[in-house]
Amino acid sequence: MANVTIRIPTPLRSFTGGADEIEVRGSTVEQALTALGEQHAGILDYVLDEAGGVRRFVNVYLGDRNIATLDGLGTSVEDSAVLSIVPAVAGGAE
Amino acid sequence: MSVKKRRLEELRRTIEEVTPEDAWGLHKQGAALIDVREPDEVAGGIAVGARHIVRGFLELKIEDAVPDTGTPLLIMCASGARSLFAAEDLRNLGYDDVKSIVGGFGRWKDDGLPVEVPRVLNAEQRERYGRHLSIPEIGEEGQIKLLDARVLLVGAGGLGSPSAYYLAAAGVGTLGIVDDDVVDRSNLQRQILHTDDRVGISKVASARQTLQALNPTIEVVGYEDRLDSKNVERIFEGWDVVVDGADNFPTRYLVNDASVKLGLPNVHGSVYRFEGQVTVFWPGRADHPGPCYRCLYPAPPPPELAPSCAEAGVLGVLPGVVGLLQAVEVVKLLVGIGDPLVGRLLQYDALRARFIELRLERDPTCEYCGDGAVFPGYIDYEQFCRVAA
Repeated sequence: MANVTIRIPTPLRSFTGGADEIEVRGSTVEQALTALGEQHAGILDYVLDEAGGVRRFVNVYLGDRNIATLDGLGTSVEDSAVLSIVPAVAGGAE
Repeated sequence: MSVKKRRLEELRRTIEEVTPEDAWGLHKQGAALIDVREPDEVAGGIAVGARHIVRGFLELKIEDAVPDTGTPLLIMCASGARSLFAAEDLRNLGYDDVKSIVGGFGRWKDDGLPVEVPRVLNAEQRERYGRHLSIPEIGEEGQIKLLDARVLLVGAGGLGSPSAYYLAAAGVGTLGIVDDDVVDRSNLQRQILHTDDRVGISKVASARQTLQALNPTIEVVGYEDRLDSKNVERIFEGWDVVVDGADNFPTRYLVNDASVKLGLPNVHGSVYRFEGQVTVFWPGRADHPGPCYRCLYPAPPPPELAPSCAEAGVLGVLPGVVGLLQAVEVVKLLVGIGDPLVGRLLQYDALRARFIELRLERDPTCEYCGDGAVFPGYIDYEQFCRVAA
């Protein structure tokens, strides 16, 4: 199991008590996200769909690479890896 | 004999002279043609293919124009006298093969060699854009590109305000602004194009007033419309670059889809509280095409999963940072310099004062820009929440 940092986007920080980074343990992206969901109930509903895949308006990056271009949720993670959850954000002008 | 004549005779013994016709032949074989006359002389015409470097700056600027001192140089002035002095200076500077053109531009023209009337900046433009002209990467050529450019800004709000303001200052000749809103007092915390005494008037009218007060020489084209599937392509046609500063998903998808269809670079920015993102979506780029918005996010979130409106908000300064990063990308694209943010997402975290770069890759199966994709049409997504900013 590797120690992994997950960067939480602003819109989801209501689930993490405002924390912008959460430390978890896991050997794959999926395990790390599951650990995040266990620590902060409800957050994964915004990241994963009913079938367990990454939602279409969310991307998950390992370092600077989108996991969709690696092995998806099965991508293995090394110690001190950084995962970023990046949802689509509309805000700009009004 | 005057000292001038004596000196010119000395120079003629050491500097090789060529006729305009021979110079034209040498130029076609790769020799650099340098015109050292004054700007007002060049305004009337210049040899086709010639680089204009005014005599006073010749030694300082020649290296930018001709970096290899082994490249043969052909120097031209009006009559063939100043070019002899200039040629000697360039030889002293280290250029091995420097020739002076006999009879200068006068004889070049009389001999029927090709001439063009160059686009040059007028005195007011030289003064206004002087700090651009001193940057070799921009210079007069780059400034003319900016003056000829047409940039369409979607939204005259938090992001559009700083972008449009600086693009007007930079001399982008035509700015289009799409916004159907009116100025509200709550906008003024960040939307710096507008003013307190314009609360209640259209943002397009307010923006035009501010931009033309800063730079009366540019044109502002306003569209007091909300983008939809019917008008988006009509409004987007004929622009060089699109700047997306929208505040809602339906507009962002329309901006993306029309930019993909028309092959336009889409300079995208978004803000939320203390965080901002910038990238350039440009699948139509000739070399190294990048992804489009839909490669990343094929569809907008459903209302129940979008961040709630009540939670939204933005640090007023933040869209300033993000909108100006967008403006910098626009200038780079228009002048054709640097490495654009294509295929890269720059994330700015104001609280940590940290920039993070993520790699964005094209999705070859993207419905809109994927390999062999047939444009599926525009979609009017339901407007459920106008988030923040």
